[in-house]
Amino acid sequence: MPVNSEILMNNNIEQQEISIQNEDFSLAEEVALLEHDNLTDGAVVTFTGRVRNNNNGNIVTTLTLEHYPGMTEKSLAKIIIEAKERWNIGRVKVIHRIGELTIGDQIVFVGVTSKHRQDAFAANEFIMDYLKVSAPFWKKERINHNGETSENWLDAKTTDTDKADLWG
Amino acid sequence: MINIVFFAALREQLDCAQLSIAAEDVKTVADIKQLLSDKSEKWQQTFSNASLLSAVNHDMVNAEHRVKSGDEVAFFPPVTGG
Repeated sequence: MPVNSEILMNNNIEQQEISIQNEDFSLAEEVALLEHDNLTDGAVVTFTGRVRNNNNGNIVTTLTLEHYPGMTEKSLAKIIIEAKERWNIGRVKVIHRIGELTIGDQIVFVGVTSKHRQDAFAANEFIMDYLKVSAPFWKKERINHNGETSENWLDAKTTDTDKADLWG
Repeated sequence: MINIVFFAALREQLDCAQLSIAAEDVKTVADIKQLLSDKSEKWQQTFSNASLLSAVNHDMVNAEHRVKSGDEVAFFPPVTGG
């Protein structure tokens, strides 16, 4: 999906840094892109989020992800800009899938490179923590409870807000 | 005109993805909430939820944020991505 928000151009956030997509991604390919022709960074930290088969004691069968096109890209760009201000990092890639996903599917990818590991570790966690509380995505799960199937929008967790607040 | 969009559980509760209002009817996001609440009991109940978030032109804002013609105003529940 093309990223055309003004903020991206104004801040030199390259379009390749953010991808909102239906299709799956390859961890190996993403790491290869972060490393390609990148001789200055010794550290590559990646996070992958997946759909698990349980939530609050219920058996999850599928997860549907909705987002707010335009605002999603803008909010992720802002998070990446802030991460670059806080830490000495090289390349960043954020991928978030949308649409219907099933158990074990990859949902989200965050990859960060830096000269030394501390910056990439911290920036990666920061990006995930802020994505959780400020990027406009919503999950709806289909669950099986005592043989009954139902659909619920997930509630936001205060633990996620608390975690993001720790960055100050 | 001001374009108003709704997402996720909110869109389903209201059975409405978007609507437009005249810009001269409102000054702030709070005014829009009030205007929408006055539509019916269902809208009033939905907008009484304090955890509801709002954005203007793709930036998160608070209720006092001023709005103008051409703005896109969004209302949605707390986000749950990642």
